[in-house]
Amino acid sequence: MKAKVIVMPKQSVLDPQGVAVRDAMHHHGLPQVKSVRIGKFMEIEVEGADEAKLHEICRDLLSNPVIEDYRLELQ
Amino acid sequence: MKAAVIRFPGSNCDQDCFIALSEVLGVETHYVWHKETSLDAFDLIVLPGGFSYGDYLRCGAIARFSPVMQSVVDAAKQGKAVLGICNGFQILCEAHLLPGTLVRNQSLHFICEHRRLRVENIDTPWTCATWTGTLLNIPIAHGEGCYVADDATLLELNAHRQILLRYTDENGAATAAANPNGSAQNIAGICNRARNVFGLMPHPERACDPRLGSTDGKVIFESILATLGARKAA
Repeated sequence: MKAKVIVMPKQSVLDPQGVAVRDAMHHHGLPQVKSVRIGKFMEIEVEGADEAKLHEICRDLLSNPVIEDYRLELQ
Repeated sequence: MKAAVIRFPGSNCDQDCFIALSEVLGVETHYVWHKETSLDAFDLIVLPGGFSYGDYLRCGAIARFSPVMQSVVDAAKQGKAVLGICNGFQILCEAHLLPGTLVRNQSLHFICEHRRLRVENIDTPWTCATWTGTLLNIPIAHGEGCYVADDATLLELNAHRQILLRYTDENGAATAAANPNGSAQNIAGICNRARNVFGLMPHPERACDPRLGSTDGKVIFESILATLGARKAA
C-alpha cells in the first residue's frame, strides 16, 4: 500500500519561504502570482498498517498541529 | 547537585553548556546520550542547542522521540528542572512540555548576534537572581526561532506570567525593530505553568565568560542553582 501525506502551513501562519518564492517568481516575469505556500509531500510504502495509526503518526510526527495541517491519501 | 546535558545526534552546544555548568558555575555535570533512559540521578536537565537529527522534518520533531525524551517528560511532570536552549527549546515544544512552536525566522536569515533581552518575571526558579526589567546581553544563533502560538495560548502565557524573556532594543522597549525573528510579542523564552520547564532561543551558556563578550547569561544558571540549592537544604 502507498500512503501519500501532504503537510501544509496553516492559513493563519505566515510562510516566509512562500513569500520569498513568490517574489522570485515576480522577478522571473510572472507578476500575476498572488501567493505561494510551501509545504511537504511524503510518499510512504507500508504493508498492513491501519488507517487510524497512520493518522496518529501524521498528527504526532509528520505534522505539527500548532502550525500545520495534513492530508492523508491511501492508494 | 547534579546536572545532565543531553546529547542528541547533531547537538553542538553541549560542550558550551557543560563548561558553563561545570567550570563557571562549579556544578557536577554529566553528558547523557539520547539513548539513555534514566535521569533519576540528576537535579537539572539541560537540552542544548544544535541541529538534532539535522532538523529533518521540523526542528526537534525527531529528537522528541529519542529514548531519553520519555524520561525528560516524566522528570518534567515530577517537577524536576528542565532547561531547553535553542534546539532544546524546539524539542521541548515538539514534546508538548511547552506550548506553541518555533518556525523559520521571518527574514529567512540565520541570525548570530548579541541581543538585548528584558526579564519579564522574576518569580520563577530561572530568573529569581535578577530583577524584572533587567536587560541581559545574550547572543542568539538560529534560523528557526520565530515563536508561534495561537491567540488563546498567548493570552494564557501572559495571564500566568510564563513569558520570562522578550527581545528589546537598548532601552528595553519590545519594538518590532528589536524583534530579530518575528516571534509573537517579541517572545524569547517561556516557562510552563508549573515553572519547572524553561525554554529560550538565546544562548545563556555562551554568555558566561567575559572572554566571550558578556556574562549576563550566568544569572539564568545562578537562579536555578540557587533555587535547587535552597530546596536541597530545606
